[in-house]
Amino acid sequence: MTFQHTAVGLPVKLSIWAAVAIAVAALALIPIVSLAATAFVDTGGLWGHVVQFVLPQATWNTLQLLAGAGLIATVVGTGAAWIVSAYDFRGRGVLEWALLLPLAVPTYIMAYAYLDILNPLGPVQGVLRWMLGYSSPRQFRLPDLRAMWGAILLFGFVLYPYVYLTARAMFLTQAANVVEVARTLGVPKSKILWRVALPLARPAIVVGVALALMEILNDVGASQFLGVRTLTATVYTTWIVRTDLPGAAQIAISMLVIVLAVLTLERWARRNQRFASAAQSSRQLQRQVLSGPKAWLAFAAGAAPVMIGFAGPAIYLVVAAIRRIEFAGISPALVRATLNTVTVSAIATVTILTLGFVVAYAARLQTNTWSAFTMRAASIGYAVPGTVLAIGILVPVAALDRTIGGLWHAWTGWPSGLLLIGTGTALVYAYAARFLAISVGGVEAGLSRIPPAYDHASRTLGQSAMGTLLRVHLPLSKSSLIAAGLLVFVDCMKELPATLLLRPLNFELGHPLIRRGGARDLRRCGAGGLDHHRHRDCPGGSSGSNLAATLMAEAPKGPRRVVAIAALPSGD
Amino acid sequence: MTPTNSMLVLSAITRHFGQVAALQSISLEVGSGQILCLVGHSGCGKSTLLRAIAGIEALDAGSIVIDGKVVSGPGVFVEPEHRRIGFMFQDYALFPHLSVRDNIGFGLGRLSRGERQSRIDEIVERIGLHPLIDRFPHMLSGGEQQRVALARALAPQPRLLLMDEPFSNLDRVLRDKVRLETLSIIKQFGITAVVVTHDPEEALAIGDLVALMQKGRLVEAGSGSRIYDAPWTAYAARFFSRMNTIPARFNENVLETPLGRFEAHGMEGDPTVLVRPQSVKISAEGVPAIILDRMILGEIEELLLEIGGLDEPLIMRGTGRHELRPGDRVCVSVNPRDIMIFPENDDQSRSGSNINSLKPL
Repeated sequence: MTFQHTAVGLPVKLSIWAAVAIAVAALALIPIVSLAATAFVDTGGLWGHVVQFVLPQATWNTLQLLAGAGLIATVVGTGAAWIVSAYDFRGRGVLEWALLLPLAVPTYIMAYAYLDILNPLGPVQGVLRWMLGYSSPRQFRLPDLRAMWGAILLFGFVLYPYVYLTARAMFLTQAANVVEVARTLGVPKSKILWRVALPLARPAIVVGVALALMEILNDVGASQFLGVRTLTATVYTTWIVRTDLPGAAQIAISMLVIVLAVLTLERWARRNQRFASAAQSSRQLQRQVLSGPKAWLAFAAGAAPVMIGFAGPAIYLVVAAIRRIEFAGISPALVRATLNTVTVSAIATVTILTLGFVVAYAARLQTNTWSAFTMRAASIGYAVPGTVLAIGILVPVAALDRTIGGLWHAWTGWPSGLLLIGTGTALVYAYAARFLAISVGGVEAGLSRIPPAYDHASRTLGQSAMGTLLRVHLPLSKSSLIAAGLLVFVDCMKELPATLLLRPLNFELGHPLIRRGGARDLRRCGAGGLDHHRHRDCPGGSSGSNLAATLMAEAPKGPRRVVAIAALPSGD
Repeated sequence: MTPTNSMLVLSAITRHFGQVAALQSISLEVGSGQILCLVGHSGCGKSTLLRAIAGIEALDAGSIVIDGKVVSGPGVFVEPEHRRIGFMFQDYALFPHLSVRDNIGFGLGRLSRGERQSRIDEIVERIGLHPLIDRFPHMLSGGEQQRVALARALAPQPRLLLMDEPFSNLDRVLRDKVRLETLSIIKQFGITAVVVTHDPEEALAIGDLVALMQKGRLVEAGSGSRIYDAPWTAYAARFFSRMNTIPARFNENVLETPLGRFEAHGMEGDPTVLVRPQSVKISAEGVPAIILDRMILGEIEELLLEIGGLDEPLIMRGTGRHELRPGDRVCVSVNPRDIMIFPENDDQSRSGSNINSLKPL
């Protein structure tokens, strides 16, 4: 565990930490590299077609969506964070955590629920018509949600918690004396937000927005439901419908340009965040107590995003699910699937946290350019939409599986299954590659709040780097670790595309998805996608296109029963 | 100074940060049980040197020997946890998640439970921390934190105690008291210490050996009285006390200054001539001067004097009181023995002059 310097200060021997960190970064980079390699495969005339007819519109749609939803998420997230940080009123404590709830439900579920709720024949419009005295949707109907504005609103209100989370953390840790100094310098209470709190929280807000934007770029389901053809959706259909893996890879790579821009924005915002705060002397901002109508107003303002982004659709889904269970009971397959999902997500979360900690800690032990690069490389998967990442992982992992299987067969004479994909290792790998950024970022943020003097004190008191980690850094960064772990866990539970493509066969996962009708196609697609890759001549492509067809064609039609979280395989 | 038993030997230590030379070929030797005080303005490299000794900072060249064992040098780098040193940080770096007891016990992980407990008890007893033992760092005052940090650094019985600005976070009244306490504890433990400070008086007060640094170089080192009373360099003279700079030149064995002409054999060129404010006296005869201002700084009285040939007012300080007002005319003189001459105008050059050879003409 030494990192020695020669006489000219060059590292001659990497520490174990650094070595593992580099290995982790390499693992995270493999899917991208394999994707790039796939993209260079000749696709015949398809690429020209894509550039001419598909790419411009899809790019424009994506940019519109990012800008609009990003703006809404920023305003809603920051506003909500300020309300619960600067004011005290009845119900504030509940709001503080309730505002995070939209994170818990995948965007595509929300989109699906809203399509049903706001359908011309759905409950909301029905009540509206009843109140206004109309009897038929022909006489009165709200504008169709399936449009760009609908997607922008939906994404904005579902993803604002990313901004809320980071902005609130910043408002909370802002030393009260900075605010007090501002007051003594003549800034009135009403302007503290604009003059002091917002400028101070700006880096945090940008980080949150960047997370939300990544989430939008990752989405396949919701934009399909809402009929907005984003770049991600184009990647998906190019692969699934056109059976064109290299084409999908090519679009994916052009998409990475946008991703890179967002990522740069995020890093730029964080550039001077590495300060060691005087944790011992900072006091929290004193909340202003509200009462009467003002308190109600504050509560209403804070509750609105929760209602729109979570409670409304969630209640609707629960009601629909209860109806469904009354009608058909709980299928054992669903229970099994839920258990499987929780198990895999838990394993993945522990793995991801551990790896993330190693990478972030190695960077703390050695602040230099390569350690910064390692962190960035390890985080890159978050920027890569799940579909794309899954394709990138499928190629090398399937090859490795075949090799291992071949060796096993040659050695023992017995046939073997697919070791990595069959055991779910590939799935955990995909989750890790995709969500490492959350754990690296979370751990890094937690560690950066620990002054370097603590490291030095611990080392000079006889602790090794490992001992310092266990006795100083872990206890002091526990809360940010737990936060990162929760985020990773929820994200693993929600991750749809990678799960679809990499889950072991005959392994049912409860990732909440779509409805009964689509379930079988979907499952077949998951399998088909795999087969499709392994044997190009197998009919997987057609079953794959079934999914896309199901996703797009069935969603918009009239009111239907939702199987809610109870979605997945019906076991038939 | 020739320590019989060297605890710390630094040889030609060099460290660069990019283009900036943080440490340039620094060599020092500290005897067992002595206190070395590294002093200089901020950015002079003193903290870097301390961190290099601790092993938190690597070296580009040179070597560090602690207690006869090379810990940094060509091909050798002992990790900080294996150097058996105690480090006290400027802001103490007490672990906020641990109680005072656990902070002190942090470096005792290798001991058995019983040994650890008795060691904690012993150090708590000696430093007088008993009432604080179960508190957490945020519940302690600045002085208490300082003592806990000292106890934590001393608990593992280090060979060497390194202290980075140990008193700078304390207010003035407390600082003197804590400094005395700390010194007596260090002496009582008989431990060798390296203390970094930017305060000249503090350096003179606590260092058995005072090492003055500037821009990564060692200007000079010596005992406090030697470096104050007979500095080798103008930089050191100016660093440790306020100085009047007197324009002067040699003219055929005579030093000509606005404060008079002095006999000075065997010297030539344009020297730097410095006079301490307390060396200036009001006398019956001497150089005529006009009072510009008079200030009472407690027990010290300070007079600003205008003297022909001096661009800046001459500063005079003493414990006596002179009932003088601005505009009053007086005569001042300086004892030739109190005039410090440094051969060239270069700050760093060493004075080869024999100050006692000066006689007024």
